[in-house]
Amino acid sequence: MRFMILVKANAESEAGKLPTAQDLAEMTKFNEELAKAGVMLAGEGLHSSARGVRVRFGEGKPKVIDGPFTETKELIAGFWIWNVKSKEEAIEWLKRAPFKEGEVEIRQVFEADDFGSNLTPETKAREERIRAEVSKRHGR
Amino acid sequence: MADINRTIDAVWRIESAKLIASLTRLTRDVGLAEDLAQDALVAAMERWPETGIPDNPGAWLMATAKHRAIDHARRGKMLDRTHQQLGAERDDEQDTPESALVESMDDEIGDELLRLVFIACHPVLPMEARVALTLRLLGGLATEEIARAFLVPVATMAQRIVRAKRTLSEARVPFDVPRGPDLKARLASVLQVIYLIFNEGYTATAGDDWIRPSLCEEAMRLGRIVGGLMPEESEVFGLVALMEIQASRLRARVGPAGEPILLLDQNRALWDHVLIRHALGCLEHAEGLGGTLGPYALQAEIAACHARARTGAETDWPRIAALYDALAQLAPSPVVELNRAVAVSMAFGPAAGLEIVNELRDEKALASYHLLPAVRGDLLAKLGRHAEAREEFERAAKLTQNARERELLLACAQASGAPPDDGPTAA
Repeated sequence: MRFMILVKANAESEAGKLPTAQDLAEMTKFNEELAKAGVMLAGEGLHSSARGVRVRFGEGKPKVIDGPFTETKELIAGFWIWNVKSKEEAIEWLKRAPFKEGEVEIRQVFEADDFGSNLTPETKAREERIRAEVSKRHGR
Repeated sequence: MADINRTIDAVWRIESAKLIASLTRLTRDVGLAEDLAQDALVAAMERWPETGIPDNPGAWLMATAKHRAIDHARRGKMLDRTHQQLGAERDDEQDTPESALVESMDDEIGDELLRLVFIACHPVLPMEARVALTLRLLGGLATEEIARAFLVPVATMAQRIVRAKRTLSEARVPFDVPRGPDLKARLASVLQVIYLIFNEGYTATAGDDWIRPSLCEEAMRLGRIVGGLMPEESEVFGLVALMEIQASRLRARVGPAGEPILLLDQNRALWDHVLIRHALGCLEHAEGLGGTLGPYALQAEIAACHARARTGAETDWPRIAALYDALAQLAPSPVVELNRAVAVSMAFGPAAGLEIVNELRDEKALASYHLLPAVRGDLLAKLGRHAEAREEFERAAKLTQNARERELLLACAQASGAPPDDGPTAA
């Protein structure tokens, strides 16, 4: 299953301050670890909200609002997409991240299982038949 | 707070391969190494619910397993040499701060993991044992999970794994990374095992058991791990890219009524663009290594041509035809040739494709392959030779095992014109 890891903004990221060389080195090492474990599918950092906009709907025509936005803790400063076997695995990986403060959010991405609805009765029946056959043959 | 057992599962998934790899180096016996690692896991399941998860769970498991290894050695079941080695390592540990120990473990671990990859995929084992052992030792999957994924009883799978470990120790398979000319053949076995796992999942994606399709994810993960261990081997990245692009179409390849949807008719918005992007990155890495591309990388390049095209009409068919040409020279096979014919027909017209297909008509390997007459029928129809096309579609319909495909082929036959008076009527 796939998770999006949302790294929240802080005063420094919102001020457009770049990470120190050491922070960067630690993060690079962590990213390498994720890649080597076959876990990381994507990961990006985002510019501060000063360079972003919001588009608001529902009041006639869509309204464009320029950044920066004030509620820093709710803003996103970066994200990863990880492919792991369970939420717990995502948690264990995240615990190894070199953050010293702040909050990071783990959210599950909708995907493959959702094509459960695409299954036909035929293919389901076929799979069940095979399974029944297997257990019959082995007396389970 | 997440359930502690699920957390232990997660730690196991992250740490087990490294653990088994290190222990195999120490004990020179992959079977024993796995038992020791399992012992450490059991100890964790006993201790952690009370003490909580340690700060560095991997180091905890490793230390626990090493103590078991020393106990085991004391009982005289291991070679003296190993005993000395373990003793020496333990002495080292006493004066080394834990962090330094972890650092040094990190450096060695890559090489150890790679050795584990090669031992699990060793040619001395039958293919099904290589697959089982790879999922168990490198994927950290439980025997029950592997058994379920391959639709065999747990006892059968357990026996397969035990026998495989015994074979490895009886054959005294060295725990090392093959060098020189040996490497190519051994790496081919590793990639074959991974692709087999992928295909097992891919052909099962219509099933309702999540564990079978998850084999695709497992195979992609294993491929990426091997890529991380062998960053200079372009074929590893070719295979990863190939699997990722194929997997990117899983959502799009079956319609709501279960009918297969051909590549060119798929809704490209349903393709998994995160996977495609990762795949294209892998392919770029493979290209960047220089040298000629191998069969996996070439197949990935072909898949990437489709992935890059925003619509079917934008497909770069001349490039695909050229890639199939390269593939046919590298790994000639009638099926590759048939695919090349299709690409050539798309790039340069049906007559050019038909020429290649005609050469394949006496090919024994394709005698009962329904796609040969299906492709030939399609090309003949495009050339306006409808009577011949109909015959080919009907022949293809007789050969296919798939009911929906048969319907489709018979419909094509019918569309090619009225059947002859004495011929069978397409239903």
